[in-house]
Amino acid sequence: MIKSYKLRRGLANTFIYIILAVLGILWVSPLAYLVIQSFNAGKEQIPQTLLPQVWGVENYIKLFTDTGSLNFPRWYLNTFVVACFSCVISTISVLMVAYAFSRLRFKSRKKFINIGMILGMFPGFMTMIAIYYLLKAMGLTQTLVALVICYSAGAGLGFQISKGFFDTIPRALDEAATIDGANKNQIFWKIILPMSKPIVVYTVLTSFIGPWTDFILAKIIMGDARDNYTVAIGLQQMVSLEFKTRYFKQFLSGSVLVAVPVTILFLKMQSYYVEGVTAGGVKG
Amino acid sequence: MRYIDYMQLNPFQKFGYNFAKFFKKLPSNLARFFKFIGRAILSFFVGIGKGFANYGKRFVKGDAGVKLSYLIFGFGNIVKGQVIKGLIFLLLEAAYICYMVFFGWGYMSKFGTLGTVKATTKIDEFGFPVPVPGDNSMLILLYGVVTIVITAIIFVVYIANTKSAYKQYEAKKNGEHIPGFKEEMHEFLDEKFHITLMSIPCLLIGCFTILPLIFMILIAFTSYDNAHLPPGNLFTWVGLDNFTDLVSITEGANKASTFLNLAEWTIIWAIFATFSNYIFGMIVALMINKKGIKLKALWRTLFVVVVAVPQFVSLLLMNQMLQTNGAINQLLSLITGTHQEIQFLNSTPLMARITVIIVNIWVGIPYTILITSGILMNIPADLYESATIDGAGPVKSFTKITLPYMLFVTTPYLITTFIGNINNFNVIYLLTNGGPTTEQFYQAGWTDILVTWLFKLTMNNQDYNLAAAVGILVFIVCATLSLITFNATKSAKDEEAFS
Repeated sequence: MIKSYKLRRGLANTFIYIILAVLGILWVSPLAYLVIQSFNAGKEQIPQTLLPQVWGVENYIKLFTDTGSLNFPRWYLNTFVVACFSCVISTISVLMVAYAFSRLRFKSRKKFINIGMILGMFPGFMTMIAIYYLLKAMGLTQTLVALVICYSAGAGLGFQISKGFFDTIPRALDEAATIDGANKNQIFWKIILPMSKPIVVYTVLTSFIGPWTDFILAKIIMGDARDNYTVAIGLQQMVSLEFKTRYFKQFLSGSVLVAVPVTILFLKMQSYYVEGVTAGGVKG
Repeated sequence: MRYIDYMQLNPFQKFGYNFAKFFKKLPSNLARFFKFIGRAILSFFVGIGKGFANYGKRFVKGDAGVKLSYLIFGFGNIVKGQVIKGLIFLLLEAAYICYMVFFGWGYMSKFGTLGTVKATTKIDEFGFPVPVPGDNSMLILLYGVVTIVITAIIFVVYIANTKSAYKQYEAKKNGEHIPGFKEEMHEFLDEKFHITLMSIPCLLIGCFTILPLIFMILIAFTSYDNAHLPPGNLFTWVGLDNFTDLVSITEGANKASTFLNLAEWTIIWAIFATFSNYIFGMIVALMINKKGIKLKALWRTLFVVVVAVPQFVSLLLMNQMLQTNGAINQLLSLITGTHQEIQFLNSTPLMARITVIIVNIWVGIPYTILITSGILMNIPADLYESATIDGAGPVKSFTKITLPYMLFVTTPYLITTFIGNINNFNVIYLLTNGGPTTEQFYQAGWTDILVTWLFKLTMNNQDYNLAAAVGILVFIVCATLSLITFNATKSAKDEEAFS
């Protein structure tokens, strides 16, 4: 009886291993295809075989040298600059709003929280056209400044996760600090922030990744100013009808160059996020 | 039902009980909701009334300084020695008056009609055409909204000014110390620290979220479409015409049939996308977490990598792989031995829709795995053990234990995902761009959902009014669903639990 039970469990597990392996291959294969084909140095414009006939890094070299009509290095730099600035601004505003909502008690705090929630429910693109005209009136369309503004202006609305973290830090700490003569500003900088490293890192990473992955907003704002594109719209441009025959393989290598750092950051952020959620409850 | 009876139910019955309870309570909840809104409106007006009463009382009670500061901002403060604060008030008033005289009033006065003078050209004395500038309805609307918002802000400043003047007057009368500018600034680091923290984020949100939102909501009630594009043409208020356009099917115009068709597909898409990901993702998560399965981290990473890669990369890649000469057809040719050129995205509507849903499974399952893994581990193991003893197989345990339990715990997550799928712009736009195209719809293809239609209406066809109306309708649906979720989870979110 025991033997047959073991056998049955073994069979079931083998079955599951097979399914998991098949699914795993199915899930990763498109990405593997992307990476493999980005090293395709064959002559054809669009790969005709599943595996490259000739291997090489021509596509990567071309991506950085053939910058006449589509300037990938420039886009990369654009995205990096935009990401840095919007990351700083949105991290600061998210943390400030979250801290105020979580640790400070003031009149109409609840009202503000509810307004913030309702504002977050509007579909994002609804306001985009209006933002576009607003930026146009300010003479900022098709510039990187406009992108930074758009990515970081609404950041304060994303306070929920950070607020959840701040909520878990015991209030006794604030009280002790107040007795020692610290004002609320000092408590924020010297006590709460140093304790909140996980959530700070999480906020920094999410807001840094944002510009690399956003597509719609950048497209609306940049229009046809190709020099100011970010990588997302740039790569889409590479597979548009106009450029596909010349740039398809550069598209693959460009995608790899964008995906690798973002993937690494995401995996890193994931562990921080888990830490942020679990560590908060035990502290103090 | 008493608590003890409830505790004895199995999770499935608990879910059914809660489900029934939810719908039984729905009328009374809705009634409460409207009562709440009514009370909120009432208290709002009562608040305003009180505000005005206090406003009058301060004027009557105050001395000449206070009275004068009802006309000249900051006068009361300057008289009582708070020169810097008073000057700031005064400066704001001067700036506002300048703004209104030189800029705001011109737009405000035309706000009711959105402009009456069309831009034309006339021939000057040398025979050259000279453009004569007319009204620009778009700018009138935009700056009109800006002016209203600025006026509201100045009004708040004005009230603060009278309050402050009265406060200093009382302090002086009672012989109290009147704080200097430096002392008051110190307050902003302590007692009023929340103002310091919130002001900049609120300003940014006000400028780039609330202001555009008001603007777009107003556009839904105008005739701002491609036949009324400023600066050449004027548009004006049309009331609810855009909304009636969307729902009344009349011959000639196919806007309504497009809207209804796309709304139907949006809902079908959201249901399929949500539940396929949810159930398949949970099955995979169960398999990974099963006892005796090794290399758990490896399996999980395999799937999570798909989440980590930016969505536009994976979707553009998928789009390319599904082309007639793409990798999928190459693979099929290799397997079948004959040349295959299946048009996944551009042949029939059904084919394209099924492809979209399947690709979405590829994109979405890893998210479900990420979210549900932790919760799955929390299902009490004895439930499964007793089920096995009673002779239930894995399928039966899944449908009778796992699914009900998970539905019970993750309903909020499901609703959020559902809303996310209604707004799932990326998958549709990057994968099919709404195709296969059809003449039957107004500016839309077979796989377009409402939000991609909204995008196309604004970007390709400049029918801003229609797009704004669609946006408002989508918002109403999403907001209702979110509010229900929020109410359902409110009790679980006790923010003071740890402090």
